[in-house]
Amino acid sequence: MPAVSMTVNGKAVAGDVEARTLLVQFLRENLRLTGTHVGCDTSQCGACVVHIDGIAAKSCTTLALQCEGAKVTTIEGLAEANGPLHPMQEAFREHHALQCGFCTPGMIMAALDIVRRRGNDLDEHTIREQLDGNICRCTGYHNIVKAIAAGAKAMAKGGARQAAE
Amino acid sequence: MSTTGIGAAVRRKEDLRFITGKGQYTDDVIRPGETRAMFVRSPHAHAKIGGIDVSEARKMPGVVDVLTGKDFANDKIGNLICGWMIHSKDGSPMKMAPHPALAAEKICHVGDVVAVVIAATQAQGRDAAEKVKVDYELLPAVVDPAEAKSGPQIHDVAPKNTIYEWSLGDAKAVDAAFAAAKHVTRLHIVNNRLIANAVEPRVALAEYDAGTDQLTLWNTTQNPHVSRLVISAFVGMAPEHKLRVIAPDVGGGFGSKIFIYPEEVVCLWAARKVGRPVKWTADRSESFITDAHGRDHVTHAELALDANGKFLAMRVKTIANLGAYMSTFSSSVPTYLYATLLSGQYDIPQIYCEVDAVYTNTVPVDAYRGAGRPEATFVVERLVEVAARQLEIDPADLRRRNFIKTFPHQTPVIMAYDAGDYNASLKKALETADVKGFNKRKRDAARNGKLRGLGYSTYIEACGIAPSQAVGSLGCGVGLWESAEVRVNPTGSVEVLTGTHAHGQGHETTFAQLVSERLGIPFENISVVHGDTDKVQFGMGTYGSRSGAVGMSAIVKALDKIEAKAKKVAAHMLEAAEGDIVFKDGKFTVAGTDKSAAWGDVALNAYIAHKFAGQELEPGLKETSFYDPTNFTFPAGCHICEVEVDRDTGKTEIVSWTAVDDFGTIINPMIVEGQVHGGIAQGIGQALLESAIYDKDGQLVTGSLMDYSMPHAHDLPSFKVGLTETKAPSNPLGIKGCGEAGAIASPAAVINAITDAIGTEDLSMPATAQAVWSALMRAQPSHAA
Repeated sequence: MPAVSMTVNGKAVAGDVEARTLLVQFLRENLRLTGTHVGCDTSQCGACVVHIDGIAAKSCTTLALQCEGAKVTTIEGLAEANGPLHPMQEAFREHHALQCGFCTPGMIMAALDIVRRRGNDLDEHTIREQLDGNICRCTGYHNIVKAIAAGAKAMAKGGARQAAE
Repeated sequence: MSTTGIGAAVRRKEDLRFITGKGQYTDDVIRPGETRAMFVRSPHAHAKIGGIDVSEARKMPGVVDVLTGKDFANDKIGNLICGWMIHSKDGSPMKMAPHPALAAEKICHVGDVVAVVIAATQAQGRDAAEKVKVDYELLPAVVDPAEAKSGPQIHDVAPKNTIYEWSLGDAKAVDAAFAAAKHVTRLHIVNNRLIANAVEPRVALAEYDAGTDQLTLWNTTQNPHVSRLVISAFVGMAPEHKLRVIAPDVGGGFGSKIFIYPEEVVCLWAARKVGRPVKWTADRSESFITDAHGRDHVTHAELALDANGKFLAMRVKTIANLGAYMSTFSSSVPTYLYATLLSGQYDIPQIYCEVDAVYTNTVPVDAYRGAGRPEATFVVERLVEVAARQLEIDPADLRRRNFIKTFPHQTPVIMAYDAGDYNASLKKALETADVKGFNKRKRDAARNGKLRGLGYSTYIEACGIAPSQAVGSLGCGVGLWESAEVRVNPTGSVEVLTGTHAHGQGHETTFAQLVSERLGIPFENISVVHGDTDKVQFGMGTYGSRSGAVGMSAIVKALDKIEAKAKKVAAHMLEAAEGDIVFKDGKFTVAGTDKSAAWGDVALNAYIAHKFAGQELEPGLKETSFYDPTNFTFPAGCHICEVEVDRDTGKTEIVSWTAVDDFGTIINPMIVEGQVHGGIAQGIGQALLESAIYDKDGQLVTGSLMDYSMPHAHDLPSFKVGLTETKAPSNPLGIKGCGEAGAIASPAAVINAITDAIGTEDLSMPATAQAVWSALMRAQPSHAA
């Protein structure tokens, strides 16, 4: 089995994986980082979104071996241990943008990428269009849209870690 | 109102673990020595099973065992059941076909399970499953419920694939009313088959401890105790006290995680056989062919009116597709959860409803958010809207003429509505939706080549499921009460053990709000415990919008007992008569004095037991209640949908959504709004996007998220949500429940709006761009380019 090594949430990790092992499986099963979820098998639902070298990617459609030497950030890496939450996480709680929580890690990681690409002043139409790769069955998206707009604004006020480069 | 009591928009306690990726969903649970199960599923819709050759599969790397339906049958495991008996008009019981968890003789739908591979990893299981050779002797299949009775017979016990032929109401009285009617509105309605698609797929993890002869099942279930009861008493997997069922965090259910499915049964059986934990995690496309589907009715409906637009009678005939086997609650959904709501918000003197339930070679159908009530509301609200158009009466006005205005109101279909004010929600919705300005908006849109339409849905539903004797008399095999244990700790903190379960509803927050307000103790000092049959007393779980109305009422009753006992302890501590103790804001005071004891001191004293004799008063402070509701509750309201249809593409944009709902007492308005948003989104999904489609050979053509169109953020508007309130008289808090109302009200509002826009009623759900464009072409051929 080939070996793979990468940095996940700032820590160097390594493992032996089959060539067909997906990044999401490596994260969940090898590293026991179970915050990243699998919700589908056709890359539609977005529950698996992580950041690879600072850019959002679906970890269900990425092979672990493709991430050799890469810097991966998962939901667990957003806030420092025992530190404050990331403003986007806070915004999701403040605006009741989650119910069952299963789509939430991928939704938050995708939201950060929207901010990276479209800035901190996001209107409703833009957010709704940009969430094309994320499915939520519980919230009807109404509060997710509000949370992302608020989280983006809060990030502009600074003082918090952005998504890892 | 305090900042954390009843009515406060408290932010949720459970969010912390979800937003940091520390939730513990069933697939996150890992047991030492865990193996993975991969099911071998039939690719055919209807076939006899010849031989199964597992020899090659068994030799594959990592394979622990490969088990078949024959192995399962040899171990004499019981079948899965439907727990609600329905009788046909002729008095005969419903025809419940045997449903073994692993098929041995024949398979009845694509996805039916014939074998299971137990392997060290999922990948190895997948590789080995592909090597299992099954000999199928193909049989002809039937998928359309309208053709089921003349199609190939699927089960020996059900000639003409007929499960039951049921009815409700007085047929003769209805016929007489129709004969005397001035106007009759008739509609043919298809309520499209849906797939719940909670974002978390189903998971079952089973473990057997040979030392204690104990089975444990971690499962994505909405009702762990009910699962435990069915799996022990009916399936016979283990005695009830030797089976523990744990539902950890569950990622959405919407009904699909109520039922007892083959996979958890097989995992339990396999875990005991191989002596290692067995975990099954569904792929999404696997979920499509094994999770219960929803809806799938074909209906012919008629409404009789007099010369003034007063409703005289309604006559409904429905064929309900229950799929290849009867799922756990399937029989009740198109009968007692459907026909009993056909009165809607209206005073209709006579109603008659016939429902024929049939088998087809499709995935079993059971409750899905709303369970019968969306189907009923669609029938009623389409009939009313179309009648208004045919009689050229304003649709709001026609509704007002027929609203029930006095309560209690006995409908002709069992339900007795106890409280409501339908005019209030209609009035508020009309204002919020600015219906007055609609005609101008329509003219402006027309100048831009767009067609605007307005649709109403004044819905009512019955939830807070349910009074046990009532549902028992209707055939339900269980009571639908709920349980709560309130456990006060010596240090004064409180645990509430509830028989309900949360898969997104926020019970850890709302239940704590209730206790905090009642006991006057900090919100942070209260924990809610659910989802483990070892920890929590028997409860019926969460569905049917019952956790507030029934679950919280049980907590209130337990709190009553806690208060009574705590007062006794305080009386001893304060050397006063029990009748002189007043409890308010977390303090016990002797009336008319300044002698008091704080909650924390009373709790500690209850357990230290130094201040009273154990013979007079037992130590401890922990009380239980099993609460049986006295009636269903009846949330109701008015949704108004405004759409803009593009004449050239048929694409519908929802430009505005107004919902005004009456849920009685509200615990947390933020959570209630979230439930309404989510319900509306699912209803819009049904109306515009979603459809589970089978081809004539029984292949599920919409077999993954590639083809089954789930609502995305850009398909939906933001929602204007408002409330009116008439408290539910049937429970101590006055709560009606809110979890399903959005999904119940919304499809009718959408279709009413689109048909208003395009000027024809010839439109079925889902009203995709192609469906709407085709309807436009059929109605106005001169518009063809």
